[in-house]
Amino acid sequence: MRFSRIAAIVLRQFYLVRGSTSRLLPMFVWVAIDIVLWGFITKYLTAITAAGLHFVPTLLGAVLLWDFLTRVMQGVTMAFFEDVWSRNFLNVFASPISVPEYLAGLVISSICTSSLGLGVMVTVATLAFGLSFFAYGAMLAPFLFVLFLSGIALGILGTAIVLRLGPAAEWFVWPIPAVLSLFVGVFYPLSTLPKWMRMISRVLPPSYVFEGVRSVVAGRAVPARTLAVGFGLAVLAILLACWFFVRVYRYAVETGLIARYSAETVS
Amino acid sequence: MVAVDNISFRVEPNEIVGLLGPNGAGKTTTINMILGVLAPTSGAIAIQGVDISRQRGRALSYTNFAAVYAPLPGNLTVEQNLRVFGMIYTVANLSYRIEELLRQFDLVRFRQTKCGVLSSGEQTRVCLAKAMLNRPQLLLLDEPTASLDPATAREIRTSIRDFVASGAGGVLWTSHNMYEVQEVCDRVLFLSHGKILLEGNPNTLPQEYGKESLEELFITVAREPLTLESN
Repeated sequence: MRFSRIAAIVLRQFYLVRGSTSRLLPMFVWVAIDIVLWGFITKYLTAITAAGLHFVPTLLGAVLLWDFLTRVMQGVTMAFFEDVWSRNFLNVFASPISVPEYLAGLVISSICTSSLGLGVMVTVATLAFGLSFFAYGAMLAPFLFVLFLSGIALGILGTAIVLRLGPAAEWFVWPIPAVLSLFVGVFYPLSTLPKWMRMISRVLPPSYVFEGVRSVVAGRAVPARTLAVGFGLAVLAILLACWFFVRVYRYAVETGLIARYSAETVS
Repeated sequence: MVAVDNISFRVEPNEIVGLLGPNGAGKTTTINMILGVLAPTSGAIAIQGVDISRQRGRALSYTNFAAVYAPLPGNLTVEQNLRVFGMIYTVANLSYRIEELLRQFDLVRFRQTKCGVLSSGEQTRVCLAKAMLNRPQLLLLDEPTASLDPATAREIRTSIRDFVASGAGGVLWTSHNMYEVQEVCDRVLFLSHGKILLEGNPNTLPQEYGKESLEELFITVAREPLTLESN
């Protein structure tokens, strides 16, 4: 792996974001709106329910963590879509850059952009609605790390889908977090779900984070095994996503799809 | 549908080879295979002796390309594009190399201009500057002058000849402009149905096959390749 090739992908993204209000603002605006909206909902729920229920750390905190995962995923896919939108595939993939270098560039771009979004969310949630991450204690770091890994895996999966199916397939990618949120229990305990949904939840790493968040807020300890399973599944998800991307890339090279990408299919 | 079939050729250092053939003959497919974006079902491709199927990154670091259908991202400036691709090709002393190329291709005044607002001729010059960033041992040019006015096309041809004269590497050039091919290429390959039908000096080849010009020979290859195969 050559660092300069990875840095080139990150630099490209920096140039694009720096010079474009329409790329820069969404990193802050949508997450801020989301936090404000859910902040007021949690305030209202706290006002109308019995004392002792902690909606801010459970609901608003969960929304913030879920938005973080979504931003990490979109950080990867957006950096990839820049090559789709500017029809740059041939220039990139006919160069010496390798798939791991290219993906590493997308991931680092995502770390930069999602960190900005996380900073804004934390600031708004803390200052406007009194969310304190101290409520999560030492568990915050592993929670964020598992969600970060999950976001990267989803981002790589999304790019592979678009590489395989063509530019129009980006509409398959945008709803992925919304669909997953049904299964991972962002807003409710997994016990709320029917059995078949719980079975799917068990293989999704974020499920373990949100169950953990609720445990911590309720004053219960999060078993180390739970976190370990979540972490292990997240690493496995990244490996599977990379494997899938490489398979799709090889298919694209074997069939000439990269060279004829705008056709969406070579058959 | 057979996309190329039995093609086999070499490009020597300091040589400009014209890859000629009618539309659909397989010229762009051949270039895509050399660039590693299309895997051949059989056969091998080596650049500087490095097999692209085994050491893709190393093989591609010896090459670069410019094609009318592969413009650089229009939302980046000329300098930004050259910097990003210079880093991808791990060019040493990149800032100095970018300045050299901006001067060589008369792009200094467009340094901060987004590529998307440049004229097609200017965009072609940027693509060529990108293609020469790493001083490739094998430069692939797919109809590089197709959208250029005659004056700009001549400048581009001069730049390519200078590139070869400097000993930097060899060039594989596709074009439908036979005048240009005769002016630039040391050797031409006529591709028909995936096979190299004719090969030779573009200035003497027409006479060898009883034709008055390279264009006439091209038309014969395109319409009646069998009459040439029997020669």
